[in-house]
Amino acid sequence: MEVINRHKMPTQPCDVRICNFDEVALGYTADLAQKEADRCLNCKNAPCMKGCPVGVRIPDFIAALKVGDIRRSADILHEDNNLPAICGRVCPQENQCEKLCVRREKLGGAVAIGNLERYVADWSLKNDTAKEKCSCNANISVAVVGSGPASLSCAADLARAGASVTIYEALHQPGGVLVYGIPEFRLPKKLVSEEIDRIKALGVNIVTNVVVGKTLYIDELLDAYDAVFIGSGAGLPSFLRIKGEGLGGVYSANEYLTRVNLMKAYDKNAVTPIIRAGKMVVVGAGNVAMDSARTARRLGAEVHLVYRRSRAEMPARLEEIEHAEEEGVIFDLLTNPVEILGKDGRVVGMRLIKMELGEPDASGRRSPKAVPGSEYEIECDGVVVALGTTPNPIIKDSFPLLGTTVKGTIAADECGRTNIDRMYTGGDAMTGAATVILAMGAGKRAAAAIIEDAKSGRRKNS
Amino acid sequence: MKNFEIIKKRRLAKNVCEYTIYAPSVARHCMAGQFVILRTDNDGERVPFTVCDYSRSEGTVRILVQEVGYTTLKLAEMKEGDALCDFVGPLGKPTDLSEYAKICLVGGGIGAAVIYPQAKQLQLEGKTFDVVLGAKNRDLLMYVDEFRGLADAFYPVTDDGSFGIKGFVTQELERLINGGMKYDCVFAVGPLPMMKAVCDVTRGYGIDTVVSMNTLMVDGTGMCGCCRVMLDGQVKYACIDGPEFDGHKIDFDEAMARGKLYAEHEHACRLRGGSWK
Repeated sequence: MEVINRHKMPTQPCDVRICNFDEVALGYTADLAQKEADRCLNCKNAPCMKGCPVGVRIPDFIAALKVGDIRRSADILHEDNNLPAICGRVCPQENQCEKLCVRREKLGGAVAIGNLERYVADWSLKNDTAKEKCSCNANISVAVVGSGPASLSCAADLARAGASVTIYEALHQPGGVLVYGIPEFRLPKKLVSEEIDRIKALGVNIVTNVVVGKTLYIDELLDAYDAVFIGSGAGLPSFLRIKGEGLGGVYSANEYLTRVNLMKAYDKNAVTPIIRAGKMVVVGAGNVAMDSARTARRLGAEVHLVYRRSRAEMPARLEEIEHAEEEGVIFDLLTNPVEILGKDGRVVGMRLIKMELGEPDASGRRSPKAVPGSEYEIECDGVVVALGTTPNPIIKDSFPLLGTTVKGTIAADECGRTNIDRMYTGGDAMTGAATVILAMGAGKRAAAAIIEDAKSGRRKNS
Repeated sequence: MKNFEIIKKRRLAKNVCEYTIYAPSVARHCMAGQFVILRTDNDGERVPFTVCDYSRSEGTVRILVQEVGYTTLKLAEMKEGDALCDFVGPLGKPTDLSEYAKICLVGGGIGAAVIYPQAKQLQLEGKTFDVVLGAKNRDLLMYVDEFRGLADAFYPVTDDGSFGIKGFVTQELERLINGGMKYDCVFAVGPLPMMKAVCDVTRGYGIDTVVSMNTLMVDGTGMCGCCRVMLDGQVKYACIDGPEFDGHKIDFDEAMARGKLYAEHEHACRLRGGSWK
């Protein structure tokens, strides 16, 4: 059998893309999509599906694409995935569906399921103008708090099941991390709003500028709705807790990315200002660190990514790491910040220390140890701290009856049922910072639980 | 009435305007000490303003705005009947002075907007309190009549002596304390150097001092960390932990440096006369 290799995603050339914020990955052409779809072996037991947190019928949507029925392919995709054009771009497929694909290296590599998903979903956004509509039979009303991936997915499933759904969003624009966090060059905002429009077309009502816990209280929602879903995410940024972190020019990744993405500071004419550093240090090595580093590159900075472990331990997706490297981000590995240096209130440099790897720690990764006497200083005029986030405390503080964990996440069963009757959760608010697709999966499970509990009349405390 | 409509606009000084906004959703749970974030238009930035007054029955929220950058200049161009693009709140924690019996409210310049709702609140609670209000000159001294009607004693001061006593609020406060006033709390709001100076005075007398940190913000819900202040070596967020803090524990020097971060950007806004594009 002739081995056909996986078809690469066409991308903008490196030297061009670091000068713009347009999407890096250009998407398959019809021809590439057809050829890649033909690589799918259509396994009866569909191992790939076991890797999908929302259970997309992968072999079926690819089979429809194979025979040229792209509309049917899109319908199959939409049955299980409420945001396929987004997932096709930001899911870590290599750790999920594609990891379980039977086409291993010897057979040309896993089928590019994500790329095909993106192709079909994009086609659908362009061509399926008749949006899916639901007849809301208003048997149950649900308030959804937050409008990120968990909430959108939950709301869409609820609407399809006939519920009347209202989403309350704190910011001026819906989408959560999809609009404030993930950069334009990885996930165009126009596309996010088009996918959200699809969900609105299902009858979901979205109200912006409402901070639940401040503008509206949880008990008011419980009074007014049959159920409440909390998808408030994990938005609170962590800092390094070292000297100099309050200096001007030191950003949390959340702030840096929010200014650039949501507030459009990448546009020189934008009203929201951003410091355009000449030399930027990004601390951390997750996807958000890569997003920050690549954003800073596009804003014209020389970028150093400082990480205390080695490349092998970097938590970011391999694709993001490779893109960052291609774009000229310099990796300062086995290095840790000790102090941020300032002058007149602005950052002018950083003191770092070399690290070495010791025994594996609780996370299974080798734990880094400082090398005594190895401190050194570098100059920089900007710092982005991308060390993860913790759940936002507003809801917990405003509604202390809600059970939470020591980490600050909302305690719930596997379907998102909290200790409060008729109150559910999912996504980062429940698990701590994770991926878009895991949040979407949690949103779907909670939607199913809400419908099921409403039907069965199940009430925890009664 | 449109949501977020400017119902009333009143110019209080050359570059200071008072806006009454129709926002029942914000007014409903609003309390003294909290703030709102607004955007004037779709291209606008998110800017925080402390709530100066509110009416739950009328569904209105009042803010005091000094024209310094894009949003504030844009607001100045807007008329009654125009609506803001976004208006969200009430954010932050309400003021809590419940443990104090004799309070001195100290306001500097636009800080009058923050001590005014506090004065109303304290009067409602039947507490005794004095007000020391300072500004550069008479034109910039806000709500003089209102404070006179609310406070047990009202001490206006101006830098140039054009109204009240000539001098700074710190001098007046120190004079009162030395004169025998037994305040157990000073609530000081104004420009950062003024709040710092007030804290330097009260520290010497061991008087608890609460300040309101009007920092730069983006989301206002704890997400970005832009508003962080150092409180006794700990990072705190003005938006969710504040905006009010123990003034004796605040690192004002850092806060002042952070506050000036985008001063050039604001200056450029002023040069363009508010029409940014």
